[in-house]
Parts: sequence; structure tokens; C-alpha cells
Amino acid sequence: MSVGVPMKYVDEFRDPQRARRLIAAIHALYPAVGRPLQLMEFCGGHTQTLLRYGIERLLPEGIEMVHGPGCPVCVLPRERVDGAIALAARPEVILATFGDAMRVPGSCQTLLQARAGGADVRMVYSPLDALLLARRHPEREVVFFALGFETTMPATALTVLQAARQGVGNFSLFCNHITTLPTLRTVLDDPDMPLDGLLAPGHVSMVVGMQPFVRVAAHYRLPIVISGFEPLDMLQSLWLLLGQLAAGRHEVENQYARVVPAAGNTPGLEAMARVFGLQAAFDWDGSVAPEASGVRMREEYAHFDAGRRFPLPGRQTTMPAPPQCEQVLMGRLHPQACRHFGSDCTPAAPMGALMVSAEGACAACYHYGDRECCA
Amino acid sequence: MSIADAFAPTDDRERCITLAHGSGGALMHELIHEVFVGTFGAAPPGGLEDQARLDLGGFSTGGDRLALTTDSYVVDPLFFPGADIGKLAVCGTVNDLAVGGAQPRYLSCGMIIEEGLPVAVLQRVAASMKQAADAAEVAIVTGDTKVVPRGAADKLFINTAGVGLIPAGIEIAAAQARPGDVLIINGHLGDHGAAIVDARGELALEHHIESDCQALNGLVAVMLAACADIHCLRDLTRGGLATVLNEFARDSGVCLRIEETAIPVRDPVRALCEILGLDPLYLANEGKLLAVVPATASAAVLAAMQAHPAGQDSRIIGEVVERPAGRVILATAFGGERLVDMLVGEQLPRIC
Repeated sequence: MSVGVPMKYVDEFRDPQRARRLIAAIHALYPAVGRPLQLMEFCGGHTQTLLRYGIERLLPEGIEMVHGPGCPVCVLPRERVDGAIALAARPEVILATFGDAMRVPGSCQTLLQARAGGADVRMVYSPLDALLLARRHPEREVVFFALGFETTMPATALTVLQAARQGVGNFSLFCNHITTLPTLRTVLDDPDMPLDGLLAPGHVSMVVGMQPFVRVAAHYRLPIVISGFEPLDMLQSLWLLLGQLAAGRHEVENQYARVVPAAGNTPGLEAMARVFGLQAAFDWDGSVAPEASGVRMREEYAHFDAGRRFPLPGRQTTMPAPPQCEQVLMGRLHPQACRHFGSDCTPAAPMGALMVSAEGACAACYHYGDRECCA
Repeated sequence: MSIADAFAPTDDRERCITLAHGSGGALMHELIHEVFVGTFGAAPPGGLEDQARLDLGGFSTGGDRLALTTDSYVVDPLFFPGADIGKLAVCGTVNDLAVGGAQPRYLSCGMIIEEGLPVAVLQRVAASMKQAADAAEVAIVTGDTKVVPRGAADKLFINTAGVGLIPAGIEIAAAQARPGDVLIINGHLGDHGAAIVDARGELALEHHIESDCQALNGLVAVMLAACADIHCLRDLTRGGLATVLNEFARDSGVCLRIEETAIPVRDPVRALCEILGLDPLYLANEGKLLAVVPATASAAVLAAMQAHPAGQDSRIIGEVVERPAGRVILATAFGGERLVDMLVGEQLPRIC
């Protein structure tokens, strides 16, 4: 979408001619695999690219893309949104969070609705902005609603370390970070969902490196490609996956080497290890409880933990999301196959986060027209 | 010495609006004369009345219908690269008249001021309104001033209403797009929305983005001169191009098809959208319009637009087809297609 000069690091990864060559290469390679394939893109950012560029329709017919659970707000149980709203309702609290969390439905409200009702909810671009808010408003309590997989965890951890260094006493985290591997293993352990290959999340890998996925590939005998988010990245990654499948290999290839170092981001990992430990129970809207994927703040930083500084409502008040949300989230149900999709669940009146998040599979299908034939 | 001066600090830059300025008394009288009458034009010989009195003679030529519109402006910050709330309040209302084919004539100006606003800020805004009104050849002929306690409004809100004349034979409506019609826009998308995000200073960008705020009545006049039968015309404000496309598609019962590669977006705006995960199709504009014109007239309209200062970067972005009715389809650079939907709520930056 431009008439100017090509945008560096963007346009070269969206070049239609190169895309056509890659699509042709995928079609040429697919017969060597010779069977129907279910390939999962773990990350919601990947789902977005697939649908936004109409890539799914350009793939060979036997390849089905399964949309994975890698959407930071979609994996949030409603009770956590309720918790954020309860915190925001406290008169002394300014609740700061990312824009994408604002429209996620809790049991009876979203943060946007809570803000309209008088709660002080601020949208920030980075946890450091929230820390700045705390320093500007020493008379208030600034709570950062921290969420996301490992992609956003280093920034949160570094912010806590900076708050500690600066002795900021009125800043805390409502910590809802979640780790990728236990989540991924829950998907891979599902006997109803045999996957033939995985596009691994590029920005999580930028932090954690390749090694965790090497163990997954070996254990599940699963071909994995760590993929970037531009359309050419994804096409190349799919071609690499097919190459592994055709050759009977199952290893980890790093398509996103321009961003993902094999060893990950060492200072980021160190900061995360200092601030966070893993916690058990952190269930998503129902039965699936990915073992130990939740993240808890270490005792040393307990005074920055909003969960320990303020009382939170109990789970008994939570209204569960519809069971279909979890099915879609885990890739078992295609968004359009959900009976609520586009009828009583739309972006304007969402039943679950998948329909409102920028990385939600239902929202992507709805916005980019996968709900009906374009032609 | 005037009453206002007697109560004011000696340094004019620090003089602020107080609740007394809105009380209807002497201070308000002073303020109206000093800031508004002084800026917008001389008061009539008999003094100010409670209403503007407009000579019907001025209406009897040039049209067979009156167009009336109103809009309120609450932008934050008040001043931003390329424009300010005053220019916006004039251009926005002028444009709402112009895209109906009306020639804008008169504006009203209602100000709601939060106490504590420096008088100098108000003067700057009024001067900007006057300049924009002169450029668009409209007169600000009546107004109102209210002052509310601190916190009851955010610095300054402006409402403008506008009256214009629609020439006989001009029939522009959102329901008139027909298969075969051509879609034309008058330049780059998203400058205003991006300028406001930038001006809020939360992102510290290297290259500043200027709002595209401009009056479009001159441009619309040359378009109508080139083709009196423009089918649909609307300015692209909140909700951006995508919203207007959807309105035309829905109201006309046709499909609007646009080409991704034809849609002009400036590099800094694209960069901002890439960083935040925003779509320029939904970003606000304040000086852009979308025209649906018969294919036979499209070359003439496009040439007329490109010859006008407000339309130099005009281009054809797509066409009207029959199906799927009520939908907007974007042909991607990849040769794929996707739906362009109405925006739900505001665009929110993504997480990662």
C-alpha cells in the first residue's frame, strides 16, 4: 500500500513476484509429501498475516492451516479480566495496559466499559510508560496489567527492575504473563489434533531462542520452522516445512534468522529469571490447564505484585466464556465452524476475546472475509 | 482601562479565562469583542444582536436548496502539525457542506471553554478560524461562548454549524453508486490520524507528520464543473476510507472493489501503522474525499482534481461491481482478495 519508495525491511518481504515464485515452489514440492496436511501457526500474528494477505487460498488444496493459541489476550481467563476491572475500580488506582486488552470481555464488562463507568484506565505502548505514569502521579497507585508470552516479558521484567532501582513505591504489576512451551505442549498432547508441522512464533523465539523448540521437535517428531510475520516469511517457512515433510525430517529450522538469534536474548532472559518464577494453575476458560504456563513474581519483588498488594475478586463470581472459545483457541474448531461465529458473536458484540483481539483467530477470519466467499 | 484589564495580570500571556468570562457580564462582553468580533469581522453598525441576519438576496442565486450541517470539535491536543482545533472546526463543517455539492456560505461558532485556558490560546484559535474561513470563502456570522469549571471540559470544545447552497441539478447521494462507476480519492490517506497520534508525543517519532486538514469546497466545485453527475461524494473523516466505502456499498447495494497497490499512503504514516498495527484504511483524514463517478466522466474529473491544489495527488483506486452486494473487497498486491469491513470501536494498538 504505497506509491513512494519501498519501505525498507517491509516491502521486500511483501514482494508479489517473489511471493508467486514461493507459491509455485510450494505447489511443486507438495506432491512429494503426497498426503493431506494439518499445519499449525501457533501465533496470532501469523494468523493475521495468513488471512490479511489471502495466503491460505493460494496454498495447495491438501494443506489445512490450523490457527493456534498464540494470542496474549485470548488465553486470558475471564477471571483475570474481572480482576483487572476490580483493580481499576479502586479510587487510588490507575490501571495501565496495552490497547488490545481494552475490549476483551470479562464476566460482565470490558476495561473500555469500566473506563466509561469512571475507572481510570490508561492505554500505554510499553510498561515503561506505566512506570512513568507512576512517577508523575506519586499520590496514585499505578498498576500495569501485564500480559503476553515471552515476547513482552523481558520489557515487563526490566521495568520492574528499573522501578526497584528508582525506588518507585506506587507501581505494581497485575501479572498475567504466560509461557509458550507448556501451552504448546497442551496442544501437541491433544490426541484429537494430530499436527504434521508447526510454524513456531518468531518473536517468542527472539527471546527464548531455538533450543526449547529443538526439544519439542525431537519429542513429538514434529517438523518446526521458526517464522517471521511478513507474507514472504510465512511462505518461505511453509516451503521449508514441506521440505522437511518430504524428506521425512523433524527438526527446527530458523527462517527468521534476521531477528531470532539461536541462543535467544540473553539479557532479556536474565531479567525475566530475576523477576519471574513459574506458577502452576492458570487455566483458560475451562478444562484445559496447561501445566505451569503461568508466571508468578518472585518473593523478592512481591511488593511490585498487585495480586498481593490488593484484594482480588474470587473465581466464584466469574461467568465462563462459551465452551466453543476454548475449542477454537486450541485449534480443534475452525472459527467459522463455531455456531456463534458472525451470528451472536461479532466484533461489536463479542462472546470471547478471539473475536476482538488484533491477534484473535475469529477476529481475523471475520475482518478479512473468511466468513464468506469474496469472489 | 477596561474591566477585563483591571482584573488581569499585567503579562498578557498569562491572562486566563475565568468563570466570570462566561457569566454574561462585562468581562464576557469584553472577551467577545476582543477575541471574536475583533477577529471574525466588524460588528454591524447597530451593534451585535442575538442572531445573525442574512440577506435573502444572497440566497436567491446559485442554488435551489439550502444545506445545513453541524459538527463539534474536541481534538486533543488543540494544536498539532498542519492545523489546530480552529482550522479543523471551519474546514470540517465546510467539507460536510461541500460533499453534498453545496457551496458553503455562513458558519456559526460555539465555544465551550474550560476555565483557566489562556486568552492567548483562544486568540490563536480564533485567528486560525478566521484564516481558514477566508481561505474557504465563508463568513463566521454568529457565535456563543460558555465557560465551564475546570475539569468539566478539556480546554476547549468548538461547535460550528454551516449553511450552504446546492445548485440546481446537483444530486449527490450515498445510494447512487452503480456497477461500472469509478472510485477516486484526492490524495494520501491517514495523515490527520497519524499527526494526532504523533502530536500526543507518546511515540517520539523522528519525522513529524502533518495533518491534511483543508477545505474541500474549491476542489468539489471544479469536480462538479467537470461532471455535474457525480454519483456519491463524502469526506473521509473518522473511520477513514474503509468506513465511507462501506457506507456507499451498503446504501447502494453494490460491491466496491479497490486495489491495494493504488492506495496512496505516505511513508511516515505507513511506518506509524506498521509500528502500532494500525490500518491506514481506517485512519482519520480531514482533507480527503472519495468520489464515485460514472466511468465516462472519470478522466475529466481526475484531471480537474489533479489541477487543483487540494487534489494534486488524486488517483483512481477502484471500481464499482455488482457482487457481493453491500461489501467492500480489497484486491491485494498478492493477487488475493479480502474483505474490508466497517471498523468496530476505535483502532487499538496491538500487544506484540
